[in-house]
Amino acid sequence: MSSREKILAAIKQHQPEASALPSLTGLSGNMPGTLEAYRKVLEGLGGVLFEIKAESEIPAILAQQYPGLQRVIAASDIQRTWANEDPHLLEDVDMAIVPGQWGVAENGAIWITEEDIHVRVLPFICQHLAIVLPRERLLPTMHEAYEQIGAPQSGFGVFIAGPSKTADIEQSLVLGAHGAKSLVVFVIG
Amino acid sequence: MKVGLFIPCYIDQFYPQVGIATLQLLQKLGCEVEFPQGQTCCGQPMANSGYEHLTHQCNSLFIKNFADYDYIVGPSGSCVLHIKDHLHDPAAEPQAEKIRQRIYELTEFLTDVLKVTSLPARFPCKVGLHQSCHGQRGLGLAQMSELVAAPFSKPEQLLRMVEGVELVPLDRADECCGFGGTFCVAEEAVSVKMGKDRVADHVKHGAEVITGTDVSCLMHMEGILRRQHAGVKVMHIAEILNQYTDEQANS
Amino acid sequence: MNRQTADHATLADKFNEDEPRVNWHDQTLWWVRAKRDRIAWTIPEWEQLRDTASSIKLNALGNLHDYLLQFEQQAQQNGAIVHWAADAAEHNRIVTEILQKHGVKRMVKSKSMLTEECHLNPHLEANGIEVIDTDLGERIVQLAKEPPSHIVLPCIHKKKEEIGELFHEHLGTPAGNADPQFLTAAARLHLRKEFLLADAAITGVNFAVAETGEMVVCTNEGNADMGAHLANVHIACMGIEKIIPQRKHLGVFLRLLARSATGQPITTYSSHFRKPREGQELHIVLVDNGRSRQLGREDFRNSLKCIRCGACMNTCPVYRRSGGHSYHNAVAGPIGAILAPNLDMKDYADLPFASTLCGSCSNVCPVKIDIHQQLYKWRQVLVKEGYTSTAKTAGMKVMTGVLSAPGVYKAAGKMGRWVMRAFPGMVNNRMNPWYKQREMPVPPAQSFSEWYKKNKKST
Ligand code: SF4
Repeated sequence: MSSREKILAAIKQHQPEASALPSLTGLSGNMPGTLEAYRKVLEGLGGVLFEIKAESEIPAILAQQYPGLQRVIAASDIQRTWANEDPHLLEDVDMAIVPGQWGVAENGAIWITEEDIHVRVLPFICQHLAIVLPRERLLPTMHEAYEQIGAPQSGFGVFIAGPSKTADIEQSLVLGAHGAKSLVVFVIG
Repeated sequence: MKVGLFIPCYIDQFYPQVGIATLQLLQKLGCEVEFPQGQTCCGQPMANSGYEHLTHQCNSLFIKNFADYDYIVGPSGSCVLHIKDHLHDPAAEPQAEKIRQRIYELTEFLTDVLKVTSLPARFPCKVGLHQSCHGQRGLGLAQMSELVAAPFSKPEQLLRMVEGVELVPLDRADECCGFGGTFCVAEEAVSVKMGKDRVADHVKHGAEVITGTDVSCLMHMEGILRRQHAGVKVMHIAEILNQYTDEQANS
Repeated sequence: MNRQTADHATLADKFNEDEPRVNWHDQTLWWVRAKRDRIAWTIPEWEQLRDTASSIKLNALGNLHDYLLQFEQQAQQNGAIVHWAADAAEHNRIVTEILQKHGVKRMVKSKSMLTEECHLNPHLEANGIEVIDTDLGERIVQLAKEPPSHIVLPCIHKKKEEIGELFHEHLGTPAGNADPQFLTAAARLHLRKEFLLADAAITGVNFAVAETGEMVVCTNEGNADMGAHLANVHIACMGIEKIIPQRKHLGVFLRLLARSATGQPITTYSSHFRKPREGQELHIVLVDNGRSRQLGREDFRNSLKCIRCGACMNTCPVYRRSGGHSYHNAVAGPIGAILAPNLDMKDYADLPFASTLCGSCSNVCPVKIDIHQQLYKWRQVLVKEGYTSTAKTAGMKVMTGVLSAPGVYKAAGKMGRWVMRAFPGMVNNRMNPWYKQREMPVPPAQSFSEWYKKNKKST
């Protein structure tokens, strides 16, 4: 018998009687899905939020927030020559600007998929990250988020909540572990 | 209402004053109390050490002693919890079941069965309340700090009826003191450290007396306090609830 | 890894030799517990969420056979290669073979308690493959040649000065610099190089969705993603109990996991790996290693619901004062103590006794495992199976003999009290572990029963 068969047989023999799945209704409480709620949580995570009307406002804000950025790339850029190169070459990207699909007010997370970023490593390998999120795409909790996302369409998707961080050294919080050192969220519209 | 008084072995042997206070308090509140002779131990120390299978004789004896009472009341959360959870006897299961349902720890008996709303007691003192785990988490004598749920505390409710008691706040409202039955000797270092930390929390907040619903925890903390020559005393909650007011004492 | 022979009590005793350090360890972890409390209170439906999570996991255990098959089929359709490992040795062999096939000499690994459980690192190193742990805490303990002491906070037992020294020695940071910000930046630079060089990446798995064949990996640092998205080979190692039925159930678990673990609303990254990247190979290793056996133990199967948040450790008053290494097992603390005896009853017979059964662990557990009740039940099993010392058993028999016979008990008690009053030295000696740091109770002149006999009439 292969290990696969052995394991499956043992499980079949040992697993408890099947029980029903619980309903997931009523778990979101009165959590608000507002911009204010979202902003508060994001700032608590060390992120910064700007409300903008058009994407054209982004460069000026970034230039002011991050003087001296060398390499800035936008995932929405149609040229996107970098997308065909070896992902390792993105190591010197100072700032990546990527579109987000859904924002979650309870935890600051934003859902992003492979189709949005073209290269999976982009939002992690860049030194700083900016996410552009349509205002009407804010949701209260993770339950609404999964309802909206639905069945997976992509090979890879990620919720990103704030800049990368660690507290492994004596529980002191340090922003900028392996992923982006900072996060700017542009809420557009 | 006939109440059978359950006095756990170490109270019987080392803290008779707790048994006396419990008895007097229940009588004061109008109960007809009897102490069945021939009690020994509920079997908890063995069971918690993994020897539940050796507790049959303790169980039979317990059933023999207590089967005939309307209620069984004991001043020890952990012993009462053990009986509630583990008292079985194939030869007398209906009696065992009745006992499991009718056994109460003293403070819950006062608040839930007797529904006491006032007590003729006075004890002008700063008191720290130790929420013993088995009483609190096991019997539900008080809300647990881990849960997102409305707070309550039966022992506290009673202490607040005692004139002059000033309850001190604690940094960690319901951390374990580290007694833990045989744990207190098998894991001596951690047990003592836990006890020291618990005691320090009470001392830091100015407690003059540490009280609680379980003598075992109190005995452990008392041992530490005395070794440290700290002036803080321990008293079982029954002793505080049974303190007479001046008028009663004079009359 | 060498099996430690010392038991929990001995190792805890040693840990307690440095009391200020115990205080520091206790307070640091208590602070994490307090953060967890604060954030839980911001979710009014917290207890309902825990109930829901627990029932989803129960459903997953009851359908594990079918869910695993469904997951395998979906994953294969997504382009992943699925392997099954009956035990740690097979897991290690499978991983090694994949790496050897690709000629991998150097690889990165993000946090995976399963690979710790299987002792994968030493195995790979013996086969000439260098593993770089990329979670900062895990990298630190790796440099120190120690196992992690906590499943979420691997180097919680280490002081920043010690970490500064380690980094000075291994990464060339200036001597004496122990600033967490500075040390983290140094580690970032050092590990970026490793990410760029690595030919393969191993990640753990937090949740595997039967419905979609995807795996969710949660990190704050971004190390799992940096590894998996750059390397040509991604190996995801998971215990078979990581399966959850449907994608929407992730909402429940992701709401609970980070809040329970560290008091943060969610981890920075919750990455959903479904298909390999173009040109990449994705391997999934499904590991049993005793889990199907635990599934058959009715009293203990709920331990398989664990989502490895570490909350039970942070709240455990014993863990905080004995340190993770005192549990001499990959998973420490209360959950480790109910998982380990399933792996080896003899080696881990001490762990279920390393608890006061206070029950705080069960109350914080986001999937409501009855941890302290399982500790109690393991004690019964271990005693019955003969894994406790014969001396202890004999002592217990005497004790029950005494306690179930009223006459003998009275005499013994009386004698005990009389002895204590007359010759305190006889019991108050260093051989008595109670007396080492505690006074004995002052024996009263008469027991309650004696008093009652005398006073019954008058009361
Ligand atoms: S047993 Fe519960 S509290 Fe402990 S690590 Fe597992 S999920 Fe978390």
